[in-house]
Amino acid sequence: MTPQDQVVDIDALETEFQERIDAEKKIEPKDWMPEAYRRTLIRQISQHAHSEVVGQLPEGNWITRAPSLRRKAILLAKVQDEAGHGLYLYSAAETLGSSREQMVDDLHAGKAKYSSIFNYPTLSWADIPAIGWLVDGAAIVNQVALCRTSYGPYSRAMIRVCKEESFHARQGFEGMLALARGNEAQKKMCQDAINRYWWPALMMFGPSDADSPNSAQSMKWKIKRFSNDELRQKFVDQTVPQIEYLGMEVPDADCKWNEERGHYDIGEMPWEEFFAVIKGHGPCNHERLQARQKAHDEGNWVREAALAYQKKQADKKQSVA
Amino acid sequence: MVDQYLPLWEVFVRSKRGMDHKHCGSVHAADAEQALQYARDVYTRRSEGNSIWVVEAKHIVASQPDDQEAFFEPADDKVYRHATFYDVPADVKHM
Ligand SMILES: [Fe+2]
Ligand SMILES: [Fe+2]
Repeated sequence: MTPQDQVVDIDALETEFQERIDAEKKIEPKDWMPEAYRRTLIRQISQHAHSEVVGQLPEGNWITRAPSLRRKAILLAKVQDEAGHGLYLYSAAETLGSSREQMVDDLHAGKAKYSSIFNYPTLSWADIPAIGWLVDGAAIVNQVALCRTSYGPYSRAMIRVCKEESFHARQGFEGMLALARGNEAQKKMCQDAINRYWWPALMMFGPSDADSPNSAQSMKWKIKRFSNDELRQKFVDQTVPQIEYLGMEVPDADCKWNEERGHYDIGEMPWEEFFAVIKGHGPCNHERLQARQKAHDEGNWVREAALAYQKKQADKKQSVA
Repeated sequence: MVDQYLPLWEVFVRSKRGMDHKHCGSVHAADAEQALQYARDVYTRRSEGNSIWVVEAKHIVASQPDDQEAFFEPADDKVYRHATFYDVPADVKHM
């Protein structure tokens, strides 16, 4: 084949690839795919995996101090689920030829991103149900949309995740309801958690469509199926009535029902803060990465011992045989 | 300190008796026993299975999508392998 033929070949492959996507056929690991599609997915799936893993930290902070045994057992199960979600997603990213080592190293080196929501601290118990309800609630809207993403292993991981997530949101709302029906101090805690988590939760959907440079290509490849603003709107529309049900206030004076649009309008989002947190200037960025690095380092002797044991067992088998 | 990483194992779970084992993902583990325990913790937290297979990923042999057409072609022109190929009058019962 001459280099010329190769160029033609790639064009043909790309056309065939796009046709497959347009026909709603999934892309599977060994299929030919454009390098940029592979790179985009590795970035997105590994960021998603890191978010699940780092997301354990703010909630883990309250496991020992949960107000009852019931809440403690629930929180423990939820945090375990998040570890599981991280593993489903790493597993999906690995089918694209990315190694776990590389992904974990990139996270620890500060080269990989994760959802900036997890760089906010959990200051009171109310933050725990608020996270389950608002943060997992926003994540669910995003993840339900991703169940139909074009890459097979990512789509399957999302379906598995979504099955588990509704427990997370419901236990959160139930916890908020307990506070909202409680005494004055509990009501205050409840409102305070909403005040601090409302905007960060809305910003989980990413920048506005106009400022989201990679969105168009991701939509064409059907990695993404809805725009950031569409998903954010969906979340606002479903959550505002829930805040009202709790008897709490939406911390946004401009948030009101727009009869004409059939949606809630919202005020200006604090994007400056969002970009500062993304760039690493959030309240807990440093602490989160340090905790991950520490957990990894302190687990090293366990992996080392497990490998040594495996080798010893294998050698034993060999000498018998 | 040399950073240690564990090899990759593919995981297959049978959801209940009478069903096939189905691929559901992968885990990293030092040996088969640890792979089974990790697979249980990661993939069956809500009783999703009653049997698990793990196999080290490097031992899996897969067909290649590149020569998929040639590979599966022998079946394409044998329509007579399907029941719908045969004309049976409508008034013949139990066919
Ligand atoms: Fe999750
Ligand atoms: Fe969750």
